[in-house]
Amino acid sequence: MAGGKEVRTKIASIKSTQKITSAMEMVAASKMRKAQDRMALGRPYARRIRAVIGHIANASSEYQHIYLQDREVKRVGYVLVSTDRGLCGGLNVNMFKAAIKDMQAWSEKGVGVEICSIGNKAASFFHNYGGDVVAAVKDLGDEPQAASLIGSVKVMLDRFTDGSIDRLYLVGNEFVNTMSQKPQIEQLLPLQADEDESLQHKWDYLYEPEAGVLLDGMLNRYIESQVYQAVVENKACEQAARMIAMKSATDNAGELIDSLQLVYNKARQAAITQELSEIVGGAAAV
Amino acid sequence: MAMTVHCDVVSAEESLFSGLVELIVATGVEGELGISYGHAPLLTALKPGPVRIIKAGGEEEVLYVSGGFAEIQPTVVTILADVAERDIDEAEAEKAREEALAAMSGQPTEIDYAHVSAQLAEAEARLRTLKAIRRAAGK
Repeated sequence: MAGGKEVRTKIASIKSTQKITSAMEMVAASKMRKAQDRMALGRPYARRIRAVIGHIANASSEYQHIYLQDREVKRVGYVLVSTDRGLCGGLNVNMFKAAIKDMQAWSEKGVGVEICSIGNKAASFFHNYGGDVVAAVKDLGDEPQAASLIGSVKVMLDRFTDGSIDRLYLVGNEFVNTMSQKPQIEQLLPLQADEDESLQHKWDYLYEPEAGVLLDGMLNRYIESQVYQAVVENKACEQAARMIAMKSATDNAGELIDSLQLVYNKARQAAITQELSEIVGGAAAV
Repeated sequence: MAMTVHCDVVSAEESLFSGLVELIVATGVEGELGISYGHAPLLTALKPGPVRIIKAGGEEEVLYVSGGFAEIQPTVVTILADVAERDIDEAEAEKAREEALAAMSGQPTEIDYAHVSAQLAEAEARLRTLKAIRRAAGK
C-alpha cells in the first residue's frame, strides 16, 4: 500500500494542529469579550476628555502650555501600539504598513522620526526594519495597567517638552467590529483644537487653581488616557483578529484533512484492487 | 421650567451620569461650586467630595467623586472623575476614617502623613456624601 501510511500520519498531525487552532479560537473568543467590555468602559472617559481638550485648545489663554504650541516640524515621534503575541492575522502588519507610509512621508520632507513601541511585536519589527526606538514597553498581559504605560509615554512627553520632537502621533488599531480592525493614526501633540463654530470667538476659562498647575495635570492625564484607551482597544482588536485567524486556520485544516482523506482512500482502494487482480491472475495461472 | 444645562459625569471606569440638569454642586480645590445654566467657562480640579446634581424636574442625585477635573461651558458641564461612586459603604468609610485618625495620632513620618491625610480626607468626603444622599432621599 504505497504512501498509505505517510498520508495517514499526515492526517493525524493536521488533526492535532486543528485541535490546537480550534482551542485557541475559543480562548480568543472568551478573552475578546472581556477585552471588549474593558474597551467599552474606558471609552466615555477618553471621549469626554478629548472633547474638553478640544475646547481648551480653542481658549485664548494668556498662559500657553507647551503642549498647545504648534512648532515648525523637525522631528516627529510615534507611539506604536502593537500586540505582545503573534498568530493574529495581519493585524500588526497592516498597522506597521500604515505607520511606515506615514513615516516615509515625513522622511521625504527631511523630518526625523523616532518611535516609542508598546508591545513585543512593534519592538521586534522595528528592530529588524530599522528605526529609532527611544522607548519600549513589553509584556502588558491581558489586563494592561495604565501605570505600566506611563513611564515610556513620559519619555515621549519629555522629548516633546525639551524640543527633541515637535509632533507626537499615536498609532493603533481601531476596533470597528469583530471582523474588521482598522489601523489609525492620531495626532496627540500639539493638541488639536475642536472646530466648533461657537468656540471660535475670543474667550478664556477661569482657572482654579492657576492655569499652569491645572493644565499640567490635566493634559498629562489626557495623554495617558488616550494611550491607555488605545492599548485597551488594541487588545480587543488582537483577540478578535486572533479569533478570526484561528477560525480560518481550523477551517483550512478541515479542508486539508478532507482532501488528504480522499488521497488516502484512493490509495487504499488502488491497493485492494491491485491485490485482487494479483490473486485472480494467480488463480488463472494455476 | 428652569434653564437646564447638559451634564456628563464620567470616571475612568464608567459613565455615571449624562443628562439635563438645573444645578450641579461640586467641591473644587478652591471651594464649593454651584453651577447652573450660563456659567462662565471654568476649568477646575476637584477635591474628594460629593457632587450634587439637581436634575431637570427637581429630582436630586448625589455621587461621590475622589478627585479629578471639571470643565464648565455655558451649556455643557463635564466632570472627569478619577474614581466616582454611586453607592457608598458606610462601615468601610467609617473604618478607613478611624484607621487614618489612629495612624495620625501615632508618630507619623513625613510621607506617611501626606498619605494618611489624603486617606482621611477621602473617608470624610465619603461620609459627607452619604449624609447628602440621605438628605436628598429624605426630602
